[in-house]
Amino acid sequence: MIKRKIEEIVFKILMYSAFITVLISFFIILFTILIKGIPSLNLKMITQTPKGGYYLGKEGGILNAITGSLILACSSTFLSMMISFPIAVFLNVYNKKKSRYVQVIRFSFDVLTGVPSIVYGALGLIVMYFFNLRASLLGGTIAVTLLILPLMCRGIDEVLQMTPKSLLESSYALGSTSLETSFKILLRQCYPGIITTILISFGRGIGDAASVLFTAGFSDNMPGNFLRPAATLPLAIFFQLTSPIKEVQSRAYAAAIILTMIILFISIMSRVISLRFEKYKIK
Amino acid sequence: MKNTRNLKDIIFKNLIKLLTNISILVLIGIFLSLIIKSAPILKEKSIIEILFSTKWQPFKKEFGLWTFIISTFYVTIFSLIISVPLCILSSVYLSEYCNKRIKIFFLSIIDILAGIPSVIYGIWGVIIIVPLIKNQIAPFFNASSNGYSLLAGAIVLSVMIFPIIIQITVQVMENVPRELREASIAIGATKWETIKFVVLKKAQPGIIASIIIATSRALGETIAVLMVVGNVIKIPKSVFDPAYPLPALIANNYGEMMSIPLYESAIMLSALILLIIVLAFNVLARIILIRIERKS
Repeated sequence: MIKRKIEEIVFKILMYSAFITVLISFFIILFTILIKGIPSLNLKMITQTPKGGYYLGKEGGILNAITGSLILACSSTFLSMMISFPIAVFLNVYNKKKSRYVQVIRFSFDVLTGVPSIVYGALGLIVMYFFNLRASLLGGTIAVTLLILPLMCRGIDEVLQMTPKSLLESSYALGSTSLETSFKILLRQCYPGIITTILISFGRGIGDAASVLFTAGFSDNMPGNFLRPAATLPLAIFFQLTSPIKEVQSRAYAAAIILTMIILFISIMSRVISLRFEKYKIK
Repeated sequence: MKNTRNLKDIIFKNLIKLLTNISILVLIGIFLSLIIKSAPILKEKSIIEILFSTKWQPFKKEFGLWTFIISTFYVTIFSLIISVPLCILSSVYLSEYCNKRIKIFFLSIIDILAGIPSVIYGIWGVIIIVPLIKNQIAPFFNASSNGYSLLAGAIVLSVMIFPIIIQITVQVMENVPRELREASIAIGATKWETIKFVVLKKAQPGIIASIIIATSRALGETIAVLMVVGNVIKIPKSVFDPAYPLPALIANNYGEMMSIPLYESAIMLSALILLIIVLAFNVLARIILIRIERKS
């Protein structure tokens, strides 16, 4: 009897310490980035582009990388939304729930979600060869779109699946077609969930470095042309960190804060949105 | 009026059907083109030779990938050794012992953790883990290391896969039916015994699936590992030696590979190998998860 109790206590202690370890590692990550980055964080970073010798520790900022990342993430999120919303509608409205076709497509998107981003980078490169593109903002957009497409498809699909069947049936009973039901009922019912999915995919797209490494290239100018290379925030961090100069390294930390803030903002936003709009949902 | 509405519906249906099929086909097409791109090197050398040779001298046309493959597996396995016990223990704590508020708080933190870009993890590795290994851990084991090592990669990776394992495991454990637990407690088992013999046993396939998904994530993780792992082309002999995993190879050699056609093909082949391994792992995990879903 005592042995059983002791075993339980031992495991409880183990569990508790494991839990604390995981929790602490999260806070360590946040705090190291904050402590290292805050001293070199300044307004110039987000208002200026790199001047000559910026990567040797001279004046300038990383506005080009921030805008580059934002443009890249926005356009690829938009592109993949345009593709994935219709796909999700097709799976949920125009097909039977458990049909083989639907299951195969769901399964393949699930599997694709696990493909590493470096492979999507290589795939993006192949698409670029196909269209004879060089490393450019457009190339990066293609790679990131490929990366977040499966994620978004399955995300929106999950959201649409949660719609109560009775809601769709009442819409059909009033004589509306599937098209009308999709846009007037389904979209309205699901849009908080869809926005959450979009934000999550956006976060994934803006933070990913490996897929844009080959495809978007890097440049010191403000992104203006989709056919020109553009700087991205994760790569700016990566390149600055590998510099031997202390000044430049600490700028990488500051840039990391900016990226972390964007990600935190997105993830808090998605929470707020899903909480706020939950009440308009028809259960 | 009715006709135009129906017509719209039919047009829309066919459009999105086309879109769905095209996007699936395009994806398959891109994967196939990866095979085509890696074909040139397979014509020159047998796949076995490329996979198991350790000679990597692109300018002498030697493209042995074994060093990179073995590094990838070492880094992944060590990260799992660190991560799996921690994750399962904390998932048990979360789903069985702790109160609801802490659980919700912790799970939302885990959600945020899952969204943090890998560059950030990499920076954290460079700032904290690398010096820690150089100054504390390696001297403790009487080894010398500059910190950029297999162990550093494994630690960073293990933190990155925490969210994946914990999210799925907690969910699977919560879905274990209440009656089962009650039956176990009714015959006199303690709470821990119930967890050990009933909950964990029932949740086992799901936990395994989560570990497999985490493994595939770890196998493909690029930037964070690249930043801390040292990137020396040599099979690591201890955890304090630098390693050079496949994704890092792909990422590092992009600039040079354009000049030599066979080089590019070798890099594409390593992407293909990575893809095949990861796809296999993912398919396996998804099949397990689908089976669980059907049973419940």
